[in-house]
Amino acid sequence: MANAALEHGAVEHGLSGVYEAPLFGAYSKKVGMWLFLASDSLTFGALLFAFSYNRISTQGWPTPFGKDSIANATIMTACLLSSSLTMVLGVFAAQRRDRAWTRNWLLATMVFGTAFIVLHGMEWSKLISEGLTLPGFPKPAGQAGEFAAVSAAVPQFPATFFGLTAMHMLHVTIGVIYLGVVAFRKWFLPVLGVIWIAGYFLIPSDNVFHYGIHALGLGLLVSAVILFLKPKDYDAHDVEVAGLYWHFVDLVWMFIFPLVYLMSTRI
Amino acid sequence: MATPASVHAHAPQGFIRRYIFSLDHKVIGLQYFFLALTAVFVGMFLSLLMRIHLIWPTAVLPLIGTIQPETYLSLLTMHGTIMVFFVLTTAPQGGFGNYFLPIQIGAPDMAFPVLNMLSFWTTFVGFVVIICAFFVTGGAPLHGWTGYAPLSALPSAGPGEQLGADLWITSIAIFCIASLMGALNFLTTTLDMRAKGMTLMRMPLTVWSWFITAILGLLAFGVLLSAGILLLMDRNLGTSFYVPLVVVNGVVLGHKGGSPLLWQHLFWFFGHPEVYIAILPGMGVTSQILSTFSRKPIFGYRAMVYAMLSIGFLGFMVWGHHMFMSGMSPYSAFAFSILTMCIGVPSAIKTFNWLGTMYKGRIRFQTPMLYAIGFVSLFVSGGLSGPFLAQPVLDIQLHDTYFVVGHFHLIMGVAAIFGIFAATYYWFPKMFGRMMNETLGKLHFFITLAGTYAIFMPMHYLGMAGQTRRYSQFTEVAYQTKLIPLQTFMTYAAFVTIAAQFIFVINLFWSMFKGPKASDNPWEATTLEWTTATPPPHDNFGGVTPVVNHGPYEYGVPGAARDYVMQTDPATAATH
Ligand code: HEM
Ligand SMILES: [Cu+2]
Repeated sequence: MANAALEHGAVEHGLSGVYEAPLFGAYSKKVGMWLFLASDSLTFGALLFAFSYNRISTQGWPTPFGKDSIANATIMTACLLSSSLTMVLGVFAAQRRDRAWTRNWLLATMVFGTAFIVLHGMEWSKLISEGLTLPGFPKPAGQAGEFAAVSAAVPQFPATFFGLTAMHMLHVTIGVIYLGVVAFRKWFLPVLGVIWIAGYFLIPSDNVFHYGIHALGLGLLVSAVILFLKPKDYDAHDVEVAGLYWHFVDLVWMFIFPLVYLMSTRI
Repeated sequence: MATPASVHAHAPQGFIRRYIFSLDHKVIGLQYFFLALTAVFVGMFLSLLMRIHLIWPTAVLPLIGTIQPETYLSLLTMHGTIMVFFVLTTAPQGGFGNYFLPIQIGAPDMAFPVLNMLSFWTTFVGFVVIICAFFVTGGAPLHGWTGYAPLSALPSAGPGEQLGADLWITSIAIFCIASLMGALNFLTTTLDMRAKGMTLMRMPLTVWSWFITAILGLLAFGVLLSAGILLLMDRNLGTSFYVPLVVVNGVVLGHKGGSPLLWQHLFWFFGHPEVYIAILPGMGVTSQILSTFSRKPIFGYRAMVYAMLSIGFLGFMVWGHHMFMSGMSPYSAFAFSILTMCIGVPSAIKTFNWLGTMYKGRIRFQTPMLYAIGFVSLFVSGGLSGPFLAQPVLDIQLHDTYFVVGHFHLIMGVAAIFGIFAATYYWFPKMFGRMMNETLGKLHFFITLAGTYAIFMPMHYLGMAGQTRRYSQFTEVAYQTKLIPLQTFMTYAAFVTIAAQFIFVINLFWSMFKGPKASDNPWEATTLEWTTATPPPHDNFGGVTPVVNHGPYEYGVPGAARDYVMQTDPATAATH
């Protein structure tokens, strides 16, 4: 067993001396991320269970999504799929120690992720304006859009839709910020700050994202704390760990897209 | 070749870095321990009020006045929640696990020290939030620790269901996040930071139990988090995940189409693993202590490991046994019933192995050992009623009666607390460098053992006689009056037991400052924490990395110089 003693883990934790070989690879943060994803998949699993439970037990589950919604969601899916590809390329670049291309690919991933969020946000706004709302939300001014009837007949529909997609959108947002921190370090903070402030003023105040954008403010705070407490440079391992998270978030969408959208298509 | 570890050798200076926002797992362990100690006294005080109310519902108490029926429900909710989350989940895992898991595997700290600190402070915030629920308008929630909807989902359902219930849910959600951070850390540490020679099958059973508990926590708390978020949505955004069409006080509420059963599924998918989260560390500590104080190797080490693993695995497949009476299909009830009884098998294996460990041992009846034996006793008495409850036909009669309250208090409540006591008496010398007083310890043990049996055994009879749980003012119900003497007896037993806990507190704090100095290995035990100084230095082993040559429980080894072989002793031919 002596030659199986680990090297990397000892360095990572600032240990001297000889240790047992770690069980799943030598990089603890990667193990930690896998474990987090295990628990997060149960968090999403519970939400998907709640969705399926409601769907099965509700008679006449509505199928209101038309061509435009599906087209939009398909583009969103394409964004996420492409972002997974660019993420992989980013990890490869990091492993080659090619800093420039690591940055470029991570930036591309972030752009696709942001496109996803923006498209999703516009979709949300459109659905809300057509009356897809939760009872506790303020009602849209015009009312009587085609989704108003859906919300009135099956309140479970908007509830599960917004519950699931909001949780996922939150994860994608965290993912973009995470990648930004890994790729651009402190330079990312002002960018994030500008997007936050600009978003707050540009989004009309009757839109949910007028308030939702404050998630970025929170992200800014957390990233700043992390960056100033541990001002180290990130290496290929860190990029890989960020990639794990990113792929997971994509994977979750591959469940949400068919369940929430495709199975509720108007035929 | 031991050179001082570069990063870990220097302890941080300054009070705040050392004791408040410390990254040292030992300090964090103590913080968890004292948080749980505070919480257990809050919870105990609430139970005292409940016991008083049960037999003297109209008594006027100083400062508090008369306890109203709604207040009784608030008391039981907060008692259950504080005890389950902030005591039984916090002390054994967060407290002792944090302190001793790294030391027992020979690591200088947890894998992610910052995360470790965050998880403690998040737990702390959760505790503050739940305590706030007492002081907001309407007071603390009424829905019990299980938070069943629709009661928990409707702010108009009762006084405590307003802001108090929101705070309750928020606190649980915060607790979930804290536990997830903790679990992740425990798992990574165990996987990645074991000293050379500390193979999986040489880990002390305590480490195994914390490890498996962490797996359960990792998988269970995420589900509760989601369930809580949906409950908050129901309460504040008007959704109806858990609420069907309801009428409260003649008013039809806006909800429709939801299912209270959804909450029960999600809650118990977490809830049943949670009961094992509470008990598994106690099992680990009991194994450790029984072996040490019987001066014998643990009987069936591998069987113990596999039993804990299968308990953890099966624990995720039995949640439906809490829902037999919730309108479940008889077919699924049958499946859940069978699976539930399967859990009895590994539980029995563990019990027999404990007995086997003590059999023909040279037992030293010191306080930690007494508590470990007490644990086994309570585990058996509480566990025997489990298979009865697991029969859907019997459960029709017994569900939501005092029988269930008796079952889970013996096995989860008191047994886990005995595990905590055992761990405290056992590890106190290592943590504080002094010995606890044996006489006070024994006195505390015998009163607590007799007292808890006196409180919780009669509950089984009450339950069989049909007395329902979570009811206030039994004295006012004619057909219940014959059962009141038993309740009165239990209340007096509770007075004595609660009073006895002050013996423990006095012993704890007195010994901390005035107890006789402890040697490095006062119990002549074998695991790594006893090889280092008392209390352990900042990096646990003073710059040395231990090398492990032996299994964790080599007592009475033929041919060895002493009657025990420590894990770091040089390898000998005789031990293999
Ligand atoms: C052989 C093992 C066990 C079996 C077969 C078993 C079975 C059951 C069943 C069927 C119930 C539901 C009763 C009802 O609500 O009508 C129950 C409740 C409960 N059990 Fe067990 N149990 C076992 C071991 C344990 C252990 C080891 C713990 C904790 C460490 C535990 C803690 C609880 C708790 C807390 C409840 C009640 C929760 C509540 O309704 O508030 N049980 N048990
Ligand atoms: Cu259970």
